[in-house]
Amino acid sequence: MAMVPQPLLILLFSLSLLSIVNSSPSQHLQIVDAERRIDLTSHIIKVYLTLKVENLGTSAASEVHLAFSPTEVEHLATLKAAATSGKRKKKTYVPLDVKSAEVPDGPNGTKLFSITLLTPLSKGGTTTLEVLYILTRSLEPFPVEISQSESQLVYFRDSAILLSPYHVKQQTTFIKTPSTRVESFTVVDPTKRAGTELKYGPYENHPPYSYSPVLVHFENNNPFAVVEELEREIEISHWGSIQVTERYSLVHAGAQHKGVFSRVDYQTRSGRSGVSSFKYLLAKLPPRVHSVYYRDGIGNISSSHLRTDSRKSELEIEPRYPLFGGWKATFVIGYGLPLQDFLFESPDGRRYLNFTFGCPLVETVVDKLIVKVVLPEGSKDPTAQIPFEVKQHLEIKYSYLDVVGRTVVVLEKRNVVPEHNTPFQVYYGFNPIFMLAEPLMLVSAFFLLFVASVAYLHIDLSIRK
Amino acid sequence: MAASDAQNGVFSVRHAFGNVLAFFILLLIGVLAFSIRLFSVIKYESVIHEFDPYFNYRVTQFLTKNGIYDFWNWFDDRTWYPLGRVIGGTVYPGLTLTAGTLWWILNSLNIPLSVETVCVFTAPIFSAFASWATYLLTKEVKGAGAGLTAAILLAMVPSYISRSVAGSYDNEAVAIFALIFTFYLYIKTLNTGSLFYATLNSIAYFYMVCSWGGYTFIINLIPMHVLLCIVTGRYSSRLYIAYAPLVVLGTLLASLVPVVGFNAVMTSEHFASFLVFIIIHVVALVYYIKGSLSPKMFKVAVALVVSVGVAVCFAMVAVLIALVASSPTKGWSGRSLSLLDPTYASKYIPIIASVSEHQPPTWPSYFMDINVLAFLVPAGIIACFSPLSDASSFVVLYIVTSVYFSGVMVRLMLVLAPAACILSGIALSQAFDVFTRSIKFQLPSLSDNSQAGEGSSENVVPNDSVKADKTEDTSKERTSKKSKKKEKEPVEKPLSKSQIKKRLLVLPLETSVIAIILLVLLGAFYVVHSVWAAAEAYSAPSIVLTSHSHDGLHVFDDFREAYAWLSHNTEVDDKVASWWDYGYQTTAMANRTVIVDNNTWNNTHIATVGTAMSSPEKAAWEIFQSLDVKYVLVVFGGLVGYPSDDINKFLWMVRIGGGVFPHIKEPDYLRDGQYRIDSMATPTMLNCLMYKLSYYRFVETDGKAFDRVRRTEIGKKHFKLTHFEEVFTTHHWMVRIYKLKSPKNRIRGKTKKSKSKTSSKTASKRNELKRNPF
Repeated sequence: MAMVPQPLLILLFSLSLLSIVNSSPSQHLQIVDAERRIDLTSHIIKVYLTLKVENLGTSAASEVHLAFSPTEVEHLATLKAAATSGKRKKKTYVPLDVKSAEVPDGPNGTKLFSITLLTPLSKGGTTTLEVLYILTRSLEPFPVEISQSESQLVYFRDSAILLSPYHVKQQTTFIKTPSTRVESFTVVDPTKRAGTELKYGPYENHPPYSYSPVLVHFENNNPFAVVEELEREIEISHWGSIQVTERYSLVHAGAQHKGVFSRVDYQTRSGRSGVSSFKYLLAKLPPRVHSVYYRDGIGNISSSHLRTDSRKSELEIEPRYPLFGGWKATFVIGYGLPLQDFLFESPDGRRYLNFTFGCPLVETVVDKLIVKVVLPEGSKDPTAQIPFEVKQHLEIKYSYLDVVGRTVVVLEKRNVVPEHNTPFQVYYGFNPIFMLAEPLMLVSAFFLLFVASVAYLHIDLSIRK
Repeated sequence: MAASDAQNGVFSVRHAFGNVLAFFILLLIGVLAFSIRLFSVIKYESVIHEFDPYFNYRVTQFLTKNGIYDFWNWFDDRTWYPLGRVIGGTVYPGLTLTAGTLWWILNSLNIPLSVETVCVFTAPIFSAFASWATYLLTKEVKGAGAGLTAAILLAMVPSYISRSVAGSYDNEAVAIFALIFTFYLYIKTLNTGSLFYATLNSIAYFYMVCSWGGYTFIINLIPMHVLLCIVTGRYSSRLYIAYAPLVVLGTLLASLVPVVGFNAVMTSEHFASFLVFIIIHVVALVYYIKGSLSPKMFKVAVALVVSVGVAVCFAMVAVLIALVASSPTKGWSGRSLSLLDPTYASKYIPIIASVSEHQPPTWPSYFMDINVLAFLVPAGIIACFSPLSDASSFVVLYIVTSVYFSGVMVRLMLVLAPAACILSGIALSQAFDVFTRSIKFQLPSLSDNSQAGEGSSENVVPNDSVKADKTEDTSKERTSKKSKKKEKEPVEKPLSKSQIKKRLLVLPLETSVIAIILLVLLGAFYVVHSVWAAAEAYSAPSIVLTSHSHDGLHVFDDFREAYAWLSHNTEVDDKVASWWDYGYQTTAMANRTVIVDNNTWNNTHIATVGTAMSSPEKAAWEIFQSLDVKYVLVVFGGLVGYPSDDINKFLWMVRIGGGVFPHIKEPDYLRDGQYRIDSMATPTMLNCLMYKLSYYRFVETDGKAFDRVRRTEIGKKHFKLTHFEEVFTTHHWMVRIYKLKSPKNRIRGKTKKSKSKTSSKTASKRNELKRNPF
């Protein structure tokens, strides 16, 4: 047991106490009206939250806190907030900063995130906040295993009442399901069900940290396409092209397939058989893409279609076999892009690559995304600018005829959703003279070869004359 | 003096120019040999082909990943379950080591090519090497012109293309180069008598031993040639130097290869070389004694030495024969025996006979594989006899033996191809020589009228003979052979002397021009045929099939679909049973353990799988269960009309299975000696596992269950599987994978039957009822 000196312990204690006092969610804020819309149509759950916040306190508040349960935090892919102003048609959104709040967790391990307001909310003032957060892997298939002819049912767990550190005066929650088939749902009066929508509320006057668990059991046959690991390698060549290689390991994360897979049923009764399986995936690639390939460890996969126009390219890929629950597939997509579309020179003479982070496949979750930007040989001091938090480190890669190796900027992020498909930049310094290094090396090698053969033909090393 | 100097200068410039030209022609031939084999990559994709190459690819992957020492000690537990296979000791390592080294060199130069790419392009690269080796060999026999012609013929001979297209990563790919190069070094040693080349020859032979089991062809052909030389009185010290080091060093080196080991001295394939080794020493001794003694003494010595020598020889031979006779196959391996006795395999070893490439070829396949060379070869043989040298006699011997071997096994057409190319190259080059020379002699004489008449009148006879020779009229050829030989001999004499005699051989201008045009046409036909063969006939990778129909190209990628499914959606240690044809692919592409594979070393094991496939469901389930099999894979072509599926191979399974397990009888599967699967088929056939797994729920596709390969409706359409369940079927139904149902229910069912009345009866019965409705 390590002994902690008494004064230090006291110091620590007082410090933590201080921080609570300083920045705990101010109790004098109140949510006048909260509206939550939960979209369950795909396996990526989108929650739109509209909060009307009022300051009842005496001092101005600069931060608004949001609370999430521990399981939600674990599956939270992204959290965005915006302040709205104006009425109806003239509504404008101003994005706000969201960060993990530096305050202790609420009761039962509730995590808090803080939204920094543009202008501190003055006493008695109100403001409207729009919050979007996305949860992944939060639909739990039940039954866990289904056969080919069954459709996929899932559980969704949440609270009928908004989890919030503030007092909520009035609130409503809407849950949108993909189809009208809802097996069961928890009733917390007043609860209404109409078509594909469930309405919880309106509820009035709930104290902070109220929670009322609900369970919705419904049909969701949308493809649960999850990429367990995606490695995107973006290789820059200053000779005019960018080569992108993406290595996927894909899995169907829905209910496990059980027992027989019958091709007859799958082909003849396609409407009823294997409804939760998926056959196609769509990848949105940048425009002017060229030399696209789609293959796996044992060769080319011949089922893909590429459609290109001036604004975008769409690659429709078909894995070797339809993916049922729990089935996996690995493949590689590669393509070339023109350099001038993505590489620019910044005013300070450095170059930067402007490329899209995230997975090009639509409607997929990536558990672990690794983006590797391979800079040309001889580039210096790379820095990456990404709009969200990622792990970064540098590597060295040896490619065609490299001597010192190429610097690789490695960016790693977990739990990536299509909302992460935003541009990021990698800045680096590069002297164009390095472009000539490899050609010169080849030229000199051949030159030496010819010199050597000329020398060999003219030198007589024989002992006898 | 000055004039002659100038002439010399012109000559050497022309000589140098010729060398440079030859160099560039050879370079282009290499490029041609490489690029004609790329049709498969361009038309399909850069992928390993067929069956055996997948094994070689897998071994190469292991080698590049784990290094050479682990490779030698590799015990592969993913094949021949539960026996396993010692890969390092049973594989010819030449190909994998070559590709592995190539990959290693490229990667140490930071050229990041994948192992697969290197493997795919190994065969085309070595084809270029092989055509250069052919040039060298033919140059030693008949000069550079013949060499170039032979090289270009070899670069595009269809027989060789069929084995060395890009992706065909098999032993033959490097072995043909090694074979030709070994022969070249042998001839080179024979011509120069240099020990340097003799040593190189042994090393080349070592490379050949590493690469291919066909090395026994070399170690038998060279002794035969040495014997031929001795018998025809052509013994020389050069012959001794060419042969003796090869046997000693070659045998020592060969026994270093684990797969050969002591076979290099123990098996009958190698005895000919030792016998000839003894003979050549006796002969050498005789020549030595002859040189050192007076003729009179020599006669006495001959009596002594020959009698002693013969006695020693007989003693050795007797010992050898006794040794050999003690083994059941007389010391010959099955494959060699089936070469010596073409009926052997079909009588005793159905596994060898079941492989289509071990069948004797048909006449059209000769035309397909060596095309016009078949007609040029006789002319080449004749050219080799005028004059007969050590080297040319070797080539003649080579063609004669390889023609025999190719007649036994269609696969050995590959050995014939280089010989045919060399001889055709010689024939073409000699013909061009004659025709161009006669044009050259007559062109100046056209202006000189006095000589023209003379030339043409004198040349009626040779004209006939040579022309007959070139225009495929073999019957005429034989009659004129002697006359032609007589007349050709002077050509080889020194230039100054034969100046006038050469004039005698000159053909009329028109005839020569026409003949050259005809020859060029013949060559053009060969080129067209070869390119067609490379592009259409031999470039399909066989794991991906295509068909053209009115609405475009259809791709059948079912094999890889199935293998990919297996590799991603089954447990790593699951065992997959299939007929042995698919063993290599399953281990390489699906990375799953297989029961049997294409290395057919254990007949009993294969027979077990064959028996299971031809047994009824329950018996088959028991066999597979005892082998710990979890999945059974069958190939079925009935839906799309893919003819080489398991139903068509089924009779071989029955035969091989019945060879070991006598309760499987071939007649049970045949109705009146006919193999059929329609309503006339025998009940044994309709109830065997292979039939059931192939046609399970097939009737639901079109309602009639019409099999497009057999062109008939199947006999039994509606049936259920009780011990197997379908877990995967590919898009075109070409591969179907079944899982063995777990044994739990079965054992309870059995106990129910054996134990008459127990309390557990009701429970098991309920279980049974629950299970049955499916």
